[in-house]
Amino acid sequence: MSTATEPVRILPQSPANSGSDSGEGQLLEVSMGPQHPSTHGVFRMDVVLDGERVVRLKPVFGYLHRNHEKIAEHETYLGSMPYTDRLDYICSLTNNWAYALAVEKLAGIQVPERAEYIRIITAEMTRFLNHAALIGFLTQDMGASGTPLMYAFRERETILDLFESLTGARMMCNYMRFGGCRVDLPAGWLDQAKKFAATLPRFLEEFERLLATNEILMARTQGVGVLSKEFAVNAGVTGPVLRASGVNYDVRKVDKYGIYDRFAFKVPLGEHGDTYDRYMIRLLEMRESLKILNQALRDIPEGPIVDPKTKIRGFKPKPGEAYGRIEAPKGELGFYLISDGTANPYRYRVRSSCMMNLTVLEDLCIGHNVADVVVILGSIDIVMGEVDR
Amino acid sequence: MDENLKSELRKQGIVATTLQELYNWGRKNSLWPLNFGLACCAIEMIAASMARYDMARFGAEVFRPSPRQADLMIVAGTVTKKMAPQVVRLYNQMAEPKYVISMGACAISGGPFKQGYNVLKGIDRYIPVDVYIPGCPPRPEALIDALMALQKIIDKQSLTGADRPRHLQADAPSEFVVPEFGAHDLEPSQNPEVWQPPLVNISLGGTDDAGKH
Amino acid sequence: MTPENIKSEVEASIPGCQLEIVSNPSPSGQHSLRIDPAHAVAIATFLRDAEPLRLDYCSNVTGVDWPGKEISEKVKVKKLVDGVEQEVEEIRKTQTIGHLEVVYHLFSMEKKHGPVILRMRTEDRAERVHLPSLTPVWRSAEFQEREIFDLYGVIFDGHPDLRRILMWDGFEDHPMRRDYVEPDDFEYEPTAHDEVLERARQHRTVMGPL
Repeated sequence: MSTATEPVRILPQSPANSGSDSGEGQLLEVSMGPQHPSTHGVFRMDVVLDGERVVRLKPVFGYLHRNHEKIAEHETYLGSMPYTDRLDYICSLTNNWAYALAVEKLAGIQVPERAEYIRIITAEMTRFLNHAALIGFLTQDMGASGTPLMYAFRERETILDLFESLTGARMMCNYMRFGGCRVDLPAGWLDQAKKFAATLPRFLEEFERLLATNEILMARTQGVGVLSKEFAVNAGVTGPVLRASGVNYDVRKVDKYGIYDRFAFKVPLGEHGDTYDRYMIRLLEMRESLKILNQALRDIPEGPIVDPKTKIRGFKPKPGEAYGRIEAPKGELGFYLISDGTANPYRYRVRSSCMMNLTVLEDLCIGHNVADVVVILGSIDIVMGEVDR
Repeated sequence: MDENLKSELRKQGIVATTLQELYNWGRKNSLWPLNFGLACCAIEMIAASMARYDMARFGAEVFRPSPRQADLMIVAGTVTKKMAPQVVRLYNQMAEPKYVISMGACAISGGPFKQGYNVLKGIDRYIPVDVYIPGCPPRPEALIDALMALQKIIDKQSLTGADRPRHLQADAPSEFVVPEFGAHDLEPSQNPEVWQPPLVNISLGGTDDAGKH
Repeated sequence: MTPENIKSEVEASIPGCQLEIVSNPSPSGQHSLRIDPAHAVAIATFLRDAEPLRLDYCSNVTGVDWPGKEISEKVKVKKLVDGVEQEVEEIRKTQTIGHLEVVYHLFSMEKKHGPVILRMRTEDRAERVHLPSLTPVWRSAEFQEREIFDLYGVIFDGHPDLRRILMWDGFEDHPMRRDYVEPDDFEYEPTAHDEVLERARQHRTVMGPL
C-alpha cells in the first residue's frame, strides 16, 4: 500500500494483549503517503492499524504549502488573482469568483448583470466538471481503473475547450475581475455552450447507469464513513459532504450572492451521511447545475461586462476588512481581506473548504478497514492546492 | 552500416540493425512513468493519459505506483521544501536507467511561487533533470512533446565509450543526497554535485555593473 | 443582530466579561467584537448555544500580525490599520510592542445568519502569546488554530493537539509574521527588478560576469 518513503513500524504492544508474542493484537503504524496511488495529491495519513482495522488516523499535510497568503501580502490586489487559480486547481473559475467577491465587498463595487450571468455560467460548468472528475477519481480509488475517469475527462475536455476559447487557458483561467469579468464572450460561444449543455443529460444518464446501481460500488460505499449531522456542523464541514449528512446549507441559497436568487434549483440532501450519499449528492448536484446553466444560457442579457467605474490599475481600497464567501464545488470558499489603504492587502486569508472537511477524516475512518480509508478520503473530495495553500 | 544500404535492404524485407539501436528502441518505447503528482500539473498529466491525448501511443501510459517499477519520474507541480526530501528519496528508489521530466514552471524554478518561503526553487537543485517543460501548467501536448524529446535523447545514447549513459557506468552515482529538515531551511539547500548557481551578469540596473569584478 | 445587541446580551449573561466593538469602515460593514481571552470560552459557548444567535458554525479562524511600531508624538490615535512601511524612524517617541490577533468568523447554519466576527489579542509578540483555544467549542477551529500556531506562533491553551501543521516539525520560525526573514536560497532571475536585483547584487561573491 504505502511506498517505502516512510518506514512501517510496529508499535509497542497495547496493555490488553501484552502477554502474547504471536504478533496478534499488535498495532501497526503505517504512513500512507505523501506519494500514494490513491491519495489526491501529496497528502499523508499516519494510520495505526489493528489488523485491517483503523484505530487512529492523523492527517499530515503541508506538502504543497506554497505560501499563497504570504505572497499575496506582497502582491497587488489584482496580482493575486492568478494565484487563486492555483488553489483548487480543478475549479479555477470559482476561486476567481470568491476572491473577486471578497474584494467587491471590501471596496463596495457593483457587478453588471451580464458579468453576473457569465460568472454563473462558468461557475456551474466548473461545478459540473469538478463533480464528474471527483466521481471518476473516487471510483478509481475503488479499483474501477480508468473507465469512469475516462468518461469524466471526456466531458472535462469539452468544458475546458469552452474555457479556453473564453479565457485563453485550459486550467488557469484568471478570468474574473473586480466588478466583472476580463473579456466578453467570443462570437458563437453561447451557441457552442448551448450545444454542449444539450449533450449533458445524455452523459449524466450514461454516467449514472454505469455506476449508481453497481453492486461493488454499493458494497464499498453504503454504510461506510457515516458522518452525523451535528458533528458535521460543529466540525465546519461544508459543501456536498455536509449536505450528504442532511444539513440544508448551501451558500448559493443562504447568501444569494451574485444573482443566484433568480434561478430555480434544488439543494439535494442526503439521508445517511455515508460515502454512497456523498457520491449520490454529486450526481444530483450535477443535474441541478445543468438546470442553472440552461436558465443562465437562455436569459443572459447584453451589456457591459465590467463596471466602468472600477479602477483596475492602481486599485487601492479604503482601510477596512471584508469576508466574502461562495459555494465552491467543494464547499464554502472564503477570502478574508484586511486593507490598510495601500495597493497590497495587509492580510489575505483563504478559508479553504477542503482543509476544513478534512477535520472529520479521522472520525469517519476509525473502525473501518484500511481499504475504506481511501474511499472515504476520495468521497471528501480534497485538492491539496487548497488544503495547504 | 551505411544508411542507404540499410534502407535498400529494408525494401527487400531484411531488417539490419545494431544492438545499440535495438536496445534504445526498446527502452524509449516503454517508458513507464511513476504515478506521482504534486500539484496542478498532475491534472494535466492525467489528462495526457486520458482518451483525448492518449499517451499510450508513445508507450508511456503504464503509470506505476511503485518507484521500483518506474523508469521515468514526471515531477508534475510545485516541489515544496517539505516535499523535496521525499521526491529525492523516490528518485533514489527508482532503478536505473531512470529519467526525470521537470513539468511546469514550479518544478523548473519555483514558478509563480518562487518567492515562497517553503518552495524549492527548482527540483534540479537535488536531482538531475533530463527534459524541462515550461508552462503553468503545460498543456498535455507539451508533456507529449517532452516525452518525445526524451525518446530522442534515449535514441542517441551510445552504449560504449566515455559518453555512455549513466546506468552503464559502474562508478556514476545513481543516488543523491536526501536533504534534511533544518531549523530554518533544508540542509543542504542544494546539492553542489548536481547544481550550481548560474553565473550571470547582473548589470541590469544601469548604474552598477558586474564587469568591474 | 447588530454587534451592539450581541454585546449587551453577552454582557448580561456572562458577568465580568469585556467586549469591545471594533467598527469596520469598509463598505462590507462587517463589524467585529473584541473579546477578552479570560472569558473567551464562556462567550463562545454562549454564542453557540443561546437561542436567538445559535452560531453553530465557525467558518474561518485566522491570525493577523500587528508588529510593534514607532509612533511620533503628533499621532494622538493609534491607528492599527496603518501599514508598517509608512512609519519612519525620524522622530523616536514611543514604541508599541505590537500583538498577534486571532479572528473568528461565525455563522449559524440553523438560523442561516452571520457573520459574527470575534477577535482576540495576545499581550505581545514574544513571550505572552497564549490565548484560549476555542476548539472545544467548535471542532472546526482545530486545524485552523494549529495553522495559526504554526505560521504566527500563537499558543492556544486547551487545544487537543497543538503541533505544526503546514511546516515540518523541526522548523523554528513563524513565517507569516511580518518580520520573518526568509532563508537566502537566492537564485538569479532574468527579469530582475527592485529587491530581486538588490539581492542579486548582494550575492556578487558567488556570481561573476558572463
